[in-house]
Amino acid sequence: MAVFGGRRREENAAVPPGQHLTDGFPVLSAGPTPEIETADWDFLIRTESGTTHRWDWDELQALPAEDITVDIHCVTSWSKLGTSWRGVSLDTLFADVETSREFVMAHSYGGYTTNLPLEEILDGKAWIAYEYDGDALDPEHGGPARLLVPHLYLWKSAKWVRGLVLQDDDEPGFWEQNGYNMHGDPWREERYA
Amino acid sequence: MTRPGSGWYVGTLARAHALTPTARSLVFTVEGWPGNEAGQHVDVRLTAPDGYQAVRSYSIASVGASGEVELAVDLLPDGEVSPFLVEELEIGDTVEMRGPLGGWFVWKPEETRPVQLIGGGSGVVPLIAMSRAHTSSASAAPMRLLYSLRSPADAFFADELSAATATVETTRHYTRTTPPDWARRPGRLTADDLAEATLPPADGPLIYICGPNGFVEVVARAMIALGHAADHVRTERFGGI
Repeated sequence: MAVFGGRRREENAAVPPGQHLTDGFPVLSAGPTPEIETADWDFLIRTESGTTHRWDWDELQALPAEDITVDIHCVTSWSKLGTSWRGVSLDTLFADVETSREFVMAHSYGGYTTNLPLEEILDGKAWIAYEYDGDALDPEHGGPARLLVPHLYLWKSAKWVRGLVLQDDDEPGFWEQNGYNMHGDPWREERYA
Repeated sequence: MTRPGSGWYVGTLARAHALTPTARSLVFTVEGWPGNEAGQHVDVRLTAPDGYQAVRSYSIASVGASGEVELAVDLLPDGEVSPFLVEELEIGDTVEMRGPLGGWFVWKPEETRPVQLIGGGSGVVPLIAMSRAHTSSASAAPMRLLYSLRSPADAFFADELSAATATVETTRHYTRTTPPDWARRPGRLTADDLAEATLPPADGPLIYICGPNGFVEVVARAMIALGHAADHVRTERFGGI
């Protein structure tokens, strides 16, 4: 019988169960990478009253930005520690948004969607990120801007994000309709439906 | 165990053979396996004697309701799991498996649209499953495969893909070394290659592209430039930038 364990990776308490560390930054996308010019880009938040809050690229850039250093975890089992991002906190973007709804659907250029509870993207837990490691965010990693919700598996951090629509119920997004968990907490291994 | 992903099955290695100098086909008998669709993947978990565990995802080369699962694993030189599966795992040894997983990069026999498969290297594995599903279901939908690989020695399932009973028309494209007397020089796939060897946009094919991220990026972009609808293009990638 073959005995496993000879080439094991370093274990690290910052790595959630069932995950392993990677030095690279793998790309996982369900379709082609959309090409989005920042001149054509905008981001919106839409509430139940029909109110739409909208920012174009220059308006986003003019908002207070934060440098974010976080660990990220992909459901395909890789984790990457201490990644560096720059972007705008969703607290800033939600400052003037009035809603009594408790869930959002994130929508992306290219058609991707993912669902999130509103409380999990406020209070310093999520950003619209447009720089990675000091450079403009690469299109393959979601540039010009992506959602960054690092405490959930990375499919929740929608690449090419274009808006958040408040919703009454926790309706499933793209991967959530294709076998993945509605919530996606890596520390509870909420991987699959 | 009714829901995929809700628990672990035990897979016992029943048969194995070398596919290439660095890749191995491993057929596991999996007690209770519910079967899988073409293109789905499985998490494989290995446990060391002291309890240390490692999990990796692999595309499934087999398809259907049988209690067997075939993986085709390429050895990553600095990998932790693939060298063990390719070089060490013995017939009768067990691994744990969770799945089948993924509901998007999947082809179902009831699909009637034409299908273009494009695989780079070991990215051909889920496409092999689709090709097998096409054959076993006697599907009337046209299905073609464009298989980009470094050299003839790197071909996975070469005999099966070129068998007289194959229902999928396969075109091979070599990036480093061609067979003798091959009409085309080795090199990366170009837009011209894709235009020549794939179904045209007028046929409206579903397009499945799988391979290293850089390969998938280039091919997906080129297919859209040729006139294919972006929402007809499904991708599965490994590695990063």
